[in-house]
Amino acid sequence: MVRVDGSGQSGSLIQVRGLGKVYRRAGETIHVLQNLNLDVDKGEFVAFMGPSGSGKTTLLNLLGGLDVPSNGSITVAGDEITHMSGSKLTEWRARHVGFIFQMYNLIPVLTAFQNVELPLLLTKLSKAERRKHVETALGVVGLADRMNHYPRQLSGGQEQRVAIARAIVADPTFLLCDEPTGDLDRKSANEIMDLILRLVKEYGKTVLMVTHDPVVARLADITLHLEKGVLVESTQRAEVVAGGVA
Amino acid sequence: MKFRSLIFANLFRKKMRLVLTIGSFAVALFLFAFLAVVKGAFNRGADIAGADRLIIINRISIINPLPLSYRDQILRIPGVKAVTHNNWFGGVYQEEKNFFPQFAIDPENQRKVLPELVVPEDQWQTFLKDREGCIAGARTAARFGWKIGDRIPIKSIGYGSTGTWEFNLDGIYHTDKVGGDENQFWFQWDRFEEGVPQSFKGNVGWYVLKLDNPDDAVRIAKTIDNMFANSSYETKTETESAFAAGWVKQFGNIQFLILTIGAVVFFTLLLVTGNTMAISVRERFGELAVLKAIGFSDRLVLFFVLGESLIIALVGGLLGLGLAMLAVPALGNALAGLLPSLVLSPQILSMGLVTAILVGVAGGILPGVGAMRMQVVSALRRV
Repeated sequence: MVRVDGSGQSGSLIQVRGLGKVYRRAGETIHVLQNLNLDVDKGEFVAFMGPSGSGKTTLLNLLGGLDVPSNGSITVAGDEITHMSGSKLTEWRARHVGFIFQMYNLIPVLTAFQNVELPLLLTKLSKAERRKHVETALGVVGLADRMNHYPRQLSGGQEQRVAIARAIVADPTFLLCDEPTGDLDRKSANEIMDLILRLVKEYGKTVLMVTHDPVVARLADITLHLEKGVLVESTQRAEVVAGGVA
Repeated sequence: MKFRSLIFANLFRKKMRLVLTIGSFAVALFLFAFLAVVKGAFNRGADIAGADRLIIINRISIINPLPLSYRDQILRIPGVKAVTHNNWFGGVYQEEKNFFPQFAIDPENQRKVLPELVVPEDQWQTFLKDREGCIAGARTAARFGWKIGDRIPIKSIGYGSTGTWEFNLDGIYHTDKVGGDENQFWFQWDRFEEGVPQSFKGNVGWYVLKLDNPDDAVRIAKTIDNMFANSSYETKTETESAFAAGWVKQFGNIQFLILTIGAVVFFTLLLVTGNTMAISVRERFGELAVLKAIGFSDRLVLFFVLGESLIIALVGGLLGLGLAMLAVPALGNALAGLLPSLVLSPQILSMGLVTAILVGVAGGILPGVGAMRMQVVSALRRV
């Protein structure tokens, strides 16, 4: 159950308490996030919406350990990440977070197989084990027959599917998606969202997604709205699902 | 190494840039090897000079002669073991370009003073009996394809219109010293004395002394110079290594010139490598940020950048040194007689490789540290 009032139980997979992020620019203090609370259980799919500059991506960066909060705490699977050192946080990200970016961010000089293999290079898996994992991940996203293709030889939708395979290949604790369909046409966007929904339903993945697209957001279990750094509203999927995505 | 494919894929991202950067390294290392070889060749005389030998030349210059009569006076100085003398002949074989050093030697004492230049005994005995005989260094003999028994015409340039002198090749000398001089051509001093104009007779070019004890070198040198002070033929006596070093100085400060050129080349190379790596890192700032986001540590990112820089340096370096290994013998043959033997020693190759590695590391370190310190969030925002 997703909660934003700070009343969630300590067993939540992700627990955010009193989170704040302040930037100081040219003598001006900008409160990007203020006293934010959030509880997300395992297997939940949460969408964050809000206008530009509302702090969606900042929240995602904080949850993914890419940035450090000005105050408050983030606990993931029992690990308090807010006070981890840079190198510890890097190790933590490798184990716990799968990132899916709007622009796919694949390495253009590596094949789909090599791109997906990247997170596994940080593990102790043998070459054969890595191959098995990569083939499985590419199979899940339906690109087993494209593993030797370079990103430039793939469509935008296929590139994003490779990026999803890269995000899931090391079986992270949760996935962070920053506008995963933002650069895709509607058909490709639907395919990507179908895939993300499959990851949630079939594989029990926990997904936190930032989007501008209300159609995409409706597919999440819950949509949280960020306005001026505050979570102001939540919409349960059951209430809006009638419209569907297609 | 599981990161190999990542490093190599990035290296081959811009093939033309890779080829040009490796080419810069290859050219620089080739130049480095060549300069080191030339420097070594100039210094070799001093390096392999006998510690127990002195050279006596005319105080004015080496082209001014010394009287043959000095020999017996020098021999009487305590501590002098043997004395030999040489005259420069300065001829050419067939054409002007076929130049090599020819000396009229004192056969009786040559081997006592210069034992490292080895002539087989039977060949030496033939030479002693043959007034028109000559001994050639192995390198010179090979250069012109001479065999024992060949008749060798040498056109005199240094001694007026004495014309062409013909010699019988009685022997070929070798030396065991690496880079030792095998370019010389010897013939008997008596033959020289007979053939030169009257004004040259009774003189030698320089004396070479062998001492009982190298520690006496300074004392004996002073004794000799004092002995002939205020005469018509004052002497300048110095150790063989000092003489060789002085000979090199006649060409200018070769060492400084070579070091300066080398330093400029490597500083330029450092800029080229640093610039290439900086551009390469800047071009994929976003990709490196993604790697860091998915769990690659700062150290690994530094390792990737340094790895690329080092591979470029190593491949370019090996290519340049390989080219030098092919070119130096050919250049050595082309410059035979003009320069001492060109030797590309294992030390020069190792030094070249170490230098390439150092430049590779130095060129990659700044861009690598930049990539290492990059803030993932800011870098991702730029993608």
